[in-house]
Amino acid sequence: MKSHEEIYNLLKEKFGDAIGQSITNLPVESFIEVSPLKIHEISYFLRDDNELLFDNLMLLSGLDDMNDKKVKQEDGSIADVPGTLSVVYHIESTSFRHKIVLKCSCPKDKPEVESVNSIWRSADWNEREAYDMFGIIFLNHPDLRRILMPYDWEHGFPLRKDYKNPEFYQGMKVPY
Amino acid sequence: MSDYSNLKTEEMVLNMGPQHPSTHGVLRLEIKLDGELIVEVKPHVGYLHRCFEKHCEAMTYPQIVPYVDRMDYLASMSNELGYAIAVERLMGIQVPERVEYIRVIMAELQRIASHMVALGTYGLDIGAFTPFLYLFADRERILSIFEETCGARLLYNYIWVGGLSHDLHPDFIRKAKEFVTYFRPKITELNNLLSYNKIFIERTANVGILPIETAINYGMTGPNLRASGLKWDLRRDDPYSIYDKFEFDIPVGKGWVGTLGDCWDRYFVRVLEMEQSLNILDQALAQIPDGDVTSAIPKRIKPAERQIYTRVENPRGELGYFIVSKGGLQPHRVKVRPPSFISLGLMNELCKGHLVADVIAILGSIDIVLGEVDR
Amino acid sequence: MIIYEYLSELFGSPVLASVIQSLFPLIFLIPFALFAVWLERKVSAFMQDRIGPNRVGKHGWLQTVADILKLIQKEDITAANADKPLFNIAPVLVFAGSYLAFAAIPFSSAYIGSSIDLGLLFIVAASGFVVAGILMGGWASNNKYSLLGAVRSAAQVVSYEIPTVLVILSVVMLTGSLSLYELSEMQTSSIHNWILFGGNAPLLQKILLIPFMFIGFIILYISSLAEVNRTPFDIPEAESELVAGFHTEYSGMKFAMFFLAEYANMFAVSAIVSAIFLGGYQSPFGYLGNTLGLTWLVPIEQFLWFSAKGLFFVFVQMWLRWTLPRLRVDQLMALCWKYLIPIAFVNLLIIGLIVLIKI
Repeated sequence: MKSHEEIYNLLKEKFGDAIGQSITNLPVESFIEVSPLKIHEISYFLRDDNELLFDNLMLLSGLDDMNDKKVKQEDGSIADVPGTLSVVYHIESTSFRHKIVLKCSCPKDKPEVESVNSIWRSADWNEREAYDMFGIIFLNHPDLRRILMPYDWEHGFPLRKDYKNPEFYQGMKVPY
Repeated sequence: MSDYSNLKTEEMVLNMGPQHPSTHGVLRLEIKLDGELIVEVKPHVGYLHRCFEKHCEAMTYPQIVPYVDRMDYLASMSNELGYAIAVERLMGIQVPERVEYIRVIMAELQRIASHMVALGTYGLDIGAFTPFLYLFADRERILSIFEETCGARLLYNYIWVGGLSHDLHPDFIRKAKEFVTYFRPKITELNNLLSYNKIFIERTANVGILPIETAINYGMTGPNLRASGLKWDLRRDDPYSIYDKFEFDIPVGKGWVGTLGDCWDRYFVRVLEMEQSLNILDQALAQIPDGDVTSAIPKRIKPAERQIYTRVENPRGELGYFIVSKGGLQPHRVKVRPPSFISLGLMNELCKGHLVADVIAILGSIDIVLGEVDR
Repeated sequence: MIIYEYLSELFGSPVLASVIQSLFPLIFLIPFALFAVWLERKVSAFMQDRIGPNRVGKHGWLQTVADILKLIQKEDITAANADKPLFNIAPVLVFAGSYLAFAAIPFSSAYIGSSIDLGLLFIVAASGFVVAGILMGGWASNNKYSLLGAVRSAAQVVSYEIPTVLVILSVVMLTGSLSLYELSEMQTSSIHNWILFGGNAPLLQKILLIPFMFIGFIILYISSLAEVNRTPFDIPEAESELVAGFHTEYSGMKFAMFFLAEYANMFAVSAIVSAIFLGGYQSPFGYLGNTLGLTWLVPIEQFLWFSAKGLFFVFVQMWLRWTLPRLRVDQLMALCWKYLIPIAFVNLLIIGLIVLIKI
């Protein structure tokens, strides 16, 4: 059983810059920020290290951080700075009973995260769902299709905060 | 000897569902067959998708409770319990002891009712019609108890954040106790009629074997995981509510009639779990204290910026709620970890190399509810 | 027999007499099917703590009539890509196959459709006819479930004919006849003359024969269950896997034909089992007609006994259906080839030896 800090230090030591801050000031749940393009490597370590053995990915969820900003530029015009999309991993070890929360964020205009499907197979459908709902592209995922929405859904990703209902879907008026 | 090597065989794609008697809802399985042998199973879900997570972002916290009911509609009480606990932890609310007791009683009754449907329909899948109706008749008794308590038979809206919608009716304890004594011998009856039936064992033993490593790696939880031999029950391993006050066993699969982690194990673990739920009910009904059930319900739920993941042991496995609050009256994000959704992802792995008839046996044994898969 | 002679005298033409005579089983069969469907529902209901149909008529006994009326009114749907001629012939063929079996079944000493010497073999051959219809229906529906069901059914019926024939053979060795009429006539007067109890062989031989006859009887009953596709062998129609198997695409009266054929078949195999082993139309003890000296009463009594025995086995089939789960297709084949056929074969040899040594 390792505490959040111990695991954070272990990861920081091993992966250096790929590990971001450890957010612990939240009253309920702490999490570690990691780089989206290193998550596969980190997960692999988490699962197979003898002291960690995180064998169970409880939940993988997409998240829209809703941090789009409007920045006033020097010439007076207002430019949109796209926010970030995040993937939150809740991982636990069935043998040591410790848990950890990882969070990796990627910019909305290039939402790419490495897939952890080959490490925890339960990530397969969860990643598809995150793709379906947020449009997060999971690199190296073998079968990244929509899962809950219709396969031919062309009107964006519904759980993004800037999602607008389409007016028509296959010729049917949507807000009927 | 003739040479058959130049004979051409073709793979056939069999489309099972969305309208099919034993896909347990609107599930579509695209099965690639070589003769009657399965090469690949591709589940297609989403036919029942009703944007639960999107809805939640436009609702206040108490308004979400009725939506939660409609996910796993066979275990609404358990869903509500999980959601209530998640929000209470987010807010730091302590609920009165009587509320905890009532919640546990409700959740365990619900677990029995849910397992009854699981076992009954499983028998039906294998071709035994009668146990299904016996179990449904008994389930009616639980539903009547629920109906008297909260007015609804399936979707209760009874467990609220911080308490309950109202107290038990005065006759409840007697009726629940009556049910417990009535139902105990019925389990033996079920075992004699179905569980130990030679044909039933032939059909389910050594079919769809799920080794423990695969089970964990694929995120299987609940009875499906325990059937593979891991003693893992959130009621004990990540205690919530007042489950630490009760004594109960955690039945695990032992490969009784076949290999560890086969369909029969998954079936029988559920049978044993019903007995354990009866044990918990016995204790809870005897100890239930007096008190007020609505006193801790907050007037306004507005948590500060924070996030939480809580999980409870649903009849189908680990039901988790990941709630992110940005400080408003509505949650920023509610993500559910539906156990059936995760279990269904394993179908292809389990079915490969089996016969068509086994798809039904395997699908029934992992016990999915499509309302929860699609949300 | 008597009825046939009476008819040919009445019409003066054996052809006309045969035609009229061949309709008699239908007169029996349709009320029987109506009754059996109702019975099946009531039996299942009582086994499952339910009430069953109780709205149409007293205790719902008109329910099946209402169902038939509904089926007649239904639209007759033929799937667009179905092979229409075959699709339409199939139900007729299936029903014809099961009706054909009734030709050689003696309902009483006064009536048998055709008293052919090879009656038993004829019935086995006729029930093979059903397979052609099922295969046709399954293929012509152009539906994968139907095709799978039909192929399974063909494999099943053909396999289970082997133990059936082996058991029949062992009975034939004892009696020396393949005619069901003669078999029934042999098992006269009382229960100890039933072939199940060794027929009218000498006492010592009889005692030796009884256990092997019981084995043969059980094998015959199991394989007859499989031949009519009833639970636990209802794999061709396995509702939970193949929706409705070979008749998934059928509706209206064509579906009713399959349904009628199924119930006709149920009675046919029960009748054959009782004719071979349980004395056919013979009463287990004397006849009231003989005691009272009313000879015309005897055939009627025999007919009642025959129906009662047949219905009893039909009831057992229902009982099994609502109790047992369904086997898987490979287990079904394994049961036939690995257990029933070897046992039937050894049984055949032993019965042959016992008959041969003539103690």
